[in-house]
Amino acid sequence: MSTGTDVLPEIGSIEPNRHGYRTFVLGSFSFSRDDYFAHVTWPKGRHLLPVDAFLRALQRDIAWGFFYGTVNFDTVIGTVNHYGSVDLFAGRFNEHYRKAGRDHVERFKTPMIQRVFEAILDDWTNATFDPFASPEETGTAFGPKNGSNKEAITRHRVTAKRMVNAPGDEPLRTDENGFPVNRHFRDVPQDRPQVIAEPGFEDDVVAFNLFAYLSRSDVTWNPSVVSVCKASLYCPTTEEYILPIIHGNDRVEWFVQLSDEIHWDVEDRETGAMRARVTMKPGDVAAMPADIRHRGFAPKRSMLLVWENASPELPQLYASGKMPPAPVKF
Amino acid sequence: MAQHTTRFGSLQHYEKGGVEVINDDARNYVFSNMFEVASKSKPYEKVAVGKNIEYVIEAIRAEGTSGWRAPAQDEFALVMDGEVEIRLLKLDNPGLVPAGTRGSVGLAGTPAGRKMGVVRARRGHMTLLPVGAAYQFHAARPGVVLLQTLGGPDTIERWAQICQTTPQPTA
Repeated sequence: MSTGTDVLPEIGSIEPNRHGYRTFVLGSFSFSRDDYFAHVTWPKGRHLLPVDAFLRALQRDIAWGFFYGTVNFDTVIGTVNHYGSVDLFAGRFNEHYRKAGRDHVERFKTPMIQRVFEAILDDWTNATFDPFASPEETGTAFGPKNGSNKEAITRHRVTAKRMVNAPGDEPLRTDENGFPVNRHFRDVPQDRPQVIAEPGFEDDVVAFNLFAYLSRSDVTWNPSVVSVCKASLYCPTTEEYILPIIHGNDRVEWFVQLSDEIHWDVEDRETGAMRARVTMKPGDVAAMPADIRHRGFAPKRSMLLVWENASPELPQLYASGKMPPAPVKF
Repeated sequence: MAQHTTRFGSLQHYEKGGVEVINDDARNYVFSNMFEVASKSKPYEKVAVGKNIEYVIEAIRAEGTSGWRAPAQDEFALVMDGEVEIRLLKLDNPGLVPAGTRGSVGLAGTPAGRKMGVVRARRGHMTLLPVGAAYQFHAARPGVVLLQTLGGPDTIERWAQICQTTPQPTA
């Protein structure tokens, strides 16, 4: 693996190509787009991704701060988070690329790859396209350069310090602050818990309607922290259509299906070989082991509680084999 | 425009999904359903349905009035079915929770302290159970609470009884 460079690159070509888009270079990777595709090249290969799928994946990678572990944009391109630095790879988690020696990895300081990724997302996202939205809720990503959509790609990331609606913490979502109920959740009750606080305890007796909060989410496949129990984070999210990335775990994570239904394809993290299909219905709870990658499919917008352990020592414990990949032995 | 119906689960009506193994062991996914677990639990048993090293999420059947408990850190109670009254009390003696405690401890009787207030929570409502306080649940009819906490002395782990162990879901 190349160690890459820490020198900040030029953020894209100055002159746009004939489609109106700038080309970007990161180490020995280059990124360019045309009307339909993102083109990625590296010293030993090249790869095309549909540009709508590429932008949806790129949006999540940026919004999540490169997330926990591996963010596969597809079966070839992706990133691995080392929490301070990030690997950009081609074919690293594709058995056939590996066998052929066509894989390539470079490591970058996080601010540097983030800056380039943000510049790509900004330049390549047209006014008609919202990469966070479900396909039915957004226009096209395709065609020649057509304005930009800064508001959509720079949304506030919800990270409660204690709990949503606690004093000084993340606020509730309402019509007034720009979060109407989503079209798939119009039947979700919007009632509030009855909170009766004795004088002096108004800041300590706190509750909110999580399901109503989720029904007003304007994004898909974007976990947000709503409650914090030391390093145990509740990160619920609303899911519709297909998870835009294939998430490779560097620790165990858990899913709790709060509403409706999601189907998960689970593969070996290193090779992509299928291991299982998991169907989750309301009330179902399942672990995603630390050595898999997974992609979800949601026929209807649904509420999923992603439960994470954010302890910083976990990736090393799992990578070294000191922790088994499954969370429970029975 | 199509009318969409959101499906939630309940003690009375839940339908499980499951793991279809291709090349794995179903037990690696620790797959269960919290409503099924709660339907077979005694009132206020703290049954772990998820475990991430020291952290757990517990499915609790809320029915009648629970004993008082005091958490060693903030906990969060999400009502998944029914209506649950959550009573909070500021402990006069925080030492009732020994240093080093994980999760929460059960308290004998009603502890001394000032009433903080009450939350009446229904499906989807999340309530903060703050450190330094004691809490008690009350449910006139059976309900389900999902508790975010750490595994403690009263956490029950019975994975083999609640989780899928076969390569395909059982009907």
